[in-house]
Amino acid sequence: MSPIINSIERSNVELTKEDFVSGLPVKWCPGCGAHAILTAVENVFPKIGYKKENFVIVSGIGCSSRFPYYVNTYGFHGIHGRANAIATGVKVANPKLSVWIATGDGDSMAIGGNHFIHIIRRNVDVNILLFNNMIYGLTKGQYSPTTPMGAVTKTSPYGTIEHPFNTGELVLGAQGTFFARVPDNNVKLMTEVMFEAAKHDGTSVIEILQNCVIFNDKVHAHITSKETKDDYQLILKNGEPMIFGSKKNKGIRLKGTRLEVVTIGENGITEDDILVHDQYQQDPGIHLMLAKMSPPHFPVAMGVIRSAMYPTYDDLVEMQIDEAKKTSKIRNVNDLLNSGEVFEVK
Amino acid sequence: MNKPKNMVELESAVVKFVGDSGDGMQLIGTLFADSCAYDGNDLTTFPDYPAEIRPPANTIAGVSGFQVYFGSKKILSFGEKLDVLVCLNPASLKANLKWAKKDTVIIVDSDEFTEQTLEKCGYTSNPLTDHSLKDRKLIQVPVTTIIKEKTSSLNFDNKTVLRSRNMLVLGLTLRLFNKKTSYVENYLSEKFASKPDIANLNKKILLEGYNYYDQLPVNQKFSFFVPPAKLEKGKYKNINGNIATAWGLLAAAERAHLNLFLGSYPITPATEILVELAKHKSLGARVMQAEDEIAGICSAIGASFAGAMAVTTTSGPGLSLKSEAMGLAVMTELPLVIVNVQRGGPSTGLPTKSEQADLLQALWGRNGEAPMLVMAADSPADCFYSAFMAAKLSLEHMTPCILLTDGSLGNGSELFKIPDVNTLPEIKPPLAKPNTDYKPYARNPETLARYWAIPGTEGLRHRIGGLEKENITGVVTTDPENHELMVKLRAEKVQRVANYIPEQEVFGEPEGDLLVVSWGGTKGVIRESVIEMQKEGKKVSHAHFKYIMPLPKNTEQVFSRFKKIIVCELNNGQFVVYLRAVLPQFKYYQANKIQSLPFFMDELKEKYYKVLED
Repeated sequence: MSPIINSIERSNVELTKEDFVSGLPVKWCPGCGAHAILTAVENVFPKIGYKKENFVIVSGIGCSSRFPYYVNTYGFHGIHGRANAIATGVKVANPKLSVWIATGDGDSMAIGGNHFIHIIRRNVDVNILLFNNMIYGLTKGQYSPTTPMGAVTKTSPYGTIEHPFNTGELVLGAQGTFFARVPDNNVKLMTEVMFEAAKHDGTSVIEILQNCVIFNDKVHAHITSKETKDDYQLILKNGEPMIFGSKKNKGIRLKGTRLEVVTIGENGITEDDILVHDQYQQDPGIHLMLAKMSPPHFPVAMGVIRSAMYPTYDDLVEMQIDEAKKTSKIRNVNDLLNSGEVFEVK
Repeated sequence: MNKPKNMVELESAVVKFVGDSGDGMQLIGTLFADSCAYDGNDLTTFPDYPAEIRPPANTIAGVSGFQVYFGSKKILSFGEKLDVLVCLNPASLKANLKWAKKDTVIIVDSDEFTEQTLEKCGYTSNPLTDHSLKDRKLIQVPVTTIIKEKTSSLNFDNKTVLRSRNMLVLGLTLRLFNKKTSYVENYLSEKFASKPDIANLNKKILLEGYNYYDQLPVNQKFSFFVPPAKLEKGKYKNINGNIATAWGLLAAAERAHLNLFLGSYPITPATEILVELAKHKSLGARVMQAEDEIAGICSAIGASFAGAMAVTTTSGPGLSLKSEAMGLAVMTELPLVIVNVQRGGPSTGLPTKSEQADLLQALWGRNGEAPMLVMAADSPADCFYSAFMAAKLSLEHMTPCILLTDGSLGNGSELFKIPDVNTLPEIKPPLAKPNTDYKPYARNPETLARYWAIPGTEGLRHRIGGLEKENITGVVTTDPENHELMVKLRAEKVQRVANYIPEQEVFGEPEGDLLVVSWGGTKGVIRESVIEMQKEGKKVSHAHFKYIMPLPKNTEQVFSRFKKIIVCELNNGQFVVYLRAVLPQFKYYQANKIQSLPFFMDELKEKYYKVLED
């Protein structure tokens, strides 16, 4: 991993996982996917290497949002749906902080949907860990905006009749500059992707396909189980061909304007026919198609799908302030009060 | 200038310019007011415009007005009955005649009184010819005719020259008050510096209006003079409450050595604060136009957590949307200023009109027991000082503070004596020191404020949030005793702010027959009404409250010295409900008005007399 270069002050001592353990008893259910996310964060923060005081974790409400209590950083546990708005304020007020958001599918795509699309649109330099378990866990099993159509839940006893969001499609539709997806049972990939997110200047959204053992057990199993993962996960690597499958012989090819799955060695297909992943491409066309792939006809794209360079909101704020400070005649509030029409009584 | 023979000297005068939206009434009103300020008059101004941007022409709905109240005395209110009414179309006459006195001078653009325009605003006959105004001091000015005639030799099209109809009546009005045109001419030169021909055209039309006076029949040559006020030496600005609020916040940030962060969503009549603060990047103001009201306050809470002086601004409906997040600010005990420029409610209500109906929401409109500071500004210029104090108290006591202003204060203006910011009190928030044994909910024993640990500071990592926390340690807990303790601590912390605010002042004798109690934007007119009562020999005093939660410590003592108390508010009775709750030992009479209009002196005095006789 190449080091991260930006204006956030780095630690002058080497940090370890222990530096980030808060010591509070973790109260998620045994077997919950959130435990793995916590492990990955504890792994990656020392690797990122900022001074430990420069990390801030902000959350909303839900199982995911207890996250800040378990990591020894500055932490803020907000209210339902508002983590992205709160974090925007943190980052704009102090751009030298590394801001992480722990949120869920309900928190960010239902009650906080507006803040989610707007933080992405603004490209505020934060990292969003989106725990997608496709259910409301903390309120005990109601459907969420990502619950598959037809699913029977407490509030959809006859099956849901709502079209779910595809997280990647929503992120890219909101002009997202970074989108990655990982399963909760691949801590190594999760750690790598989190590092990439930290490296990216702008809003980084990591969708974590998380299992809820109590209310939505095995919802991602058709993608994440030992038996299915090789054939139903395409782990993207920048600059490498999109090859997957238990025999490493399946690939993604662009045919006309659409993607298709092909088998190398069949019908004259060679590795040269397979799409090479370009996560840095600004045009989101292929990224969108990759984000939307789903079984049974396609694997699910994992890893960093998109990481495009655009100016960040917080940088632009600072640039405008620096420029105004250089050029404005109003340097303090006394200047302001005495500007414009002033009437003097002698 | 020779003093006209018929000149009448007035202590004060009220002039209102009215016309169609887009006729430039706000501009000439402002220019007239600035000309008065330039002459040394004290003044207030009050705009009155429709909610729509360009409503149908010549309708009542489209009438836009601007009122100037100026004098040689201290001007406290926005003025009631008019001395001069300037009308650029029939609709504006129809809508405003009710504010005229018997002897009000009415200037009308007679060219605009056509069959079509009269019909559009519902006149069945022409008021200029049907004798309905025969007892009035009416000056008919054929504005269009004059302008066309006087500019025919110039190379301008009709559309361009007729855009300056407002300048013609401004010139005439200045002449009526024996004021010079030089201030306006200078303004035009600067405003149209890159278009000198337009500047000259406007100046010419202004002077034509000024000189038109000479052609008036003798019985229409009204002439007034309002001497300068005895203002304290110093520099002044004519400032409205929204701008003053913005500047007070900037001054507070400077005195606190913090960056200001504003998260706000546009809403009438508060938008101007957002617009103003967005200009001041050179002062380090970080201003975010949020995607909604909730993001406005939540981003501000995030900024406060990160160490900024955080503010969110809104009006009533926006305050409703922010309620949950206000509770979060209470729970996390972070400084935050919430400015609510009140408008007529409920719901969307009367967006461009003023009311004092959000007080109970400010005090109690949150889930759980979530007390916070509540203050109310009392005049446009006072918005500067109230905003400053709201920020100071919020920062030093680690509690959110609601500052209530209202549409009249926000849009209305008065002369503001420019202070030296360096003489304003310093603001010292309780910052936690690096590398100390930090406990998020350990408190200052005097104020009960917790300490503010800014992310990035070494050795102070901690977690806070909306869940109930254990006192001192900040560990999440549902412990019953702790919850009771924390609810009481949060309330007590707010109450203790009473030790840091001024005692309640009483205008007039400290004891008497009647104490008039008010709060917020009604101060001026109520003060004027009390002065009149005193002049009429009544033992009436006035207590106007700026600090509402908590009340000044001596409030009970102040009340106890009067035989009767009347609480005056522009709502159905809210401050009075609060007073009955916290000081139930007194009997409170009420004067309430819910018409989105200011109080009028006569109606107030009538109430006082009734109470005195009761």
